Amino acid sequence: MAFAPAGNASSPPPGEGVVHARLTGVSRFFDLPSGAKLHALGPIDLDIKRGEFFGVVGPSGCGKSTLLDVLAGLISPTDGEVWFEDKRVTDVPDGVGVVFQEDAAFPWLTVRDNVAFGLRRAGFDAAETKRRVDYAVGFMGLNDFAGTYPAQLSGGMRQRVCIARTLVLQPRLILLDEPFGALDQQTRLLMGDELLRLWRETNATVLLITHALDEAAMLSDRVGVMSARPGTFIDFVETKWPRERDSRIVSDPRFGGITARLWEKLRVESLKIMGTQAGHK
Amino acid sequence: MITREGWIRFGVVAALVAAFEAACRFGFIPRTVVIAPTEMVVSLWRLIESGEYNDDILSTLRNVLASSLLAVGLGFMTGVLIHALPRLRAAIEPLLASYYAIPTFMFYPVFIVVFGVGDRAIIAIAVLLSIVAMITSTLTGLDRIPRVLRKTARIYRMNLPARALLIDLPAAAPYLFTGIKLSFAYAFIGVIASEFILSGAGIGYSIAYTYNNFNNRNMYGLMLLVILVATIANTALDMIDRRLQTRLRR
Repeated sequence: MAFAPAGNASSPPPGEGVVHARLTGVSRFFDLPSGAKLHALGPIDLDIKRGEFFGVVGPSGCGKSTLLDVLAGLISPTDGEVWFEDKRVTDVPDGVGVVFQEDAAFPWLTVRDNVAFGLRRAGFDAAETKRRVDYAVGFMGLNDFAGTYPAQLSGGMRQRVCIARTLVLQPRLILLDEPFGALDQQTRLLMGDELLRLWRETNATVLLITHALDEAAMLSDRVGVMSARPGTFIDFVETKWPRERDSRIVSDPRFGGITARLWEKLRVESLKIMGTQAGHK
Repeated sequence: MITREGWIRFGVVAALVAAFEAACRFGFIPRTVVIAPTEMVVSLWRLIESGEYNDDILSTLRNVLASSLLAVGLGFMTGVLIHALPRLRAAIEPLLASYYAIPTFMFYPVFIVVFGVGDRAIIAIAVLLSIVAMITSTLTGLDRIPRVLRKTARIYRMNLPARALLIDLPAAAPYLFTGIKLSFAYAFIGVIASEFILSGAGIGYSIAYTYNNFNNRNMYGLMLLVILVATIANTALDMIDRRLQTRLRR
């Protein structure tokens, strides 16, 4: 049993290489209380291919989360267009799942009911809901906690609940905003492995925002490096990892090269931010 | 299960009651001032058994229930409305914060003029006393809904009624329940106190009546009844409240 009914885990998904999500000339400005406008993001042109695992790294405050909000249809871009599966994105499109940085588990529902929430809303029958929830709860290692409330779980466990809750709906595009930010290094690596397993099983397209360069290098097919605010892509690094991979590739000789290239680009951008912060003092 | 603190608390109360009992029995406190606690229990038992005050007890409970329901319902709706209008809220929030500094009770002549002597004036005072607790709890509850839960609701493509019912309401529930608990307590105080001055029925009225007629025995029996009802109701609400609070802890 798996999340997706069809598909061979080791072979690339059907339609791979076709553009799944597209941003053209996307910029986003925010109105500040002072009346001034803050240029948070863009202009960005980006194609994410179907079945691609796309990682995003960038200095803090560069607009990574804004990029995710725009792509998810949670906020509209000030300029430019967002497309998902050949449809213009104006609101949250069908087939998109998001795992937020913050703890988004519903504290009034048990782990099981949290995971089942979206399925029940979407009108799945009880048997199918049970099948998918059982699988997702097991997959995320939450079997022993199915009947407990989020308050009784650690931060990492709660994030797993949120991931499971997103996955049961079998989204075709999964957006993750630093989902492992609250976890320790070992757990991060193992959760990364689970994410890869999941990506292979579901054939979904994944966009992962992270501040950990090793995480981006290990998980992604391609990593986009963003500049300091206003965030634009200044480099794309193709990792060329096989689809069948896990955290053990950190010992691959090429791994160091990839993280080194990411850091080389990111270092300059991070210094810019530190420079402006120092300038404010 | 009763905790160690629970037992100590019980012990303290029991010791105080026992000391009080002894003071009464050995004549340190004259019987004309206070009767012994055991006599209060006997008195309460007799007056319940005789059914002499049944109508008064029912009248009080009915008024407390009506006032609480009105305060909770109207307070919740007012809270939601104020929350939806940030400018209005900024203007009147200081007034809400200082509301309980005003002895609302002094307005009782106004209510007698408007509603006449009776249940309606009592309920009006009790609602006035308790509604603001519900309004402020509603505002707090709505403020404390994490933004990420609203975002999650949008990802599930929920419309406003669905979000309000399935996300906002349960997320705010622990705070709303605190408001319900406080409203009940204030309504109880409001009703009993009002009955002293603007009613011809109810437990409050009966306490005043027995006092004026030197009927110490019945007066203390009725006082014990008020304490018991308040304690039992508060304990029950507190248990639900605590259960909700532990779920909220993040």
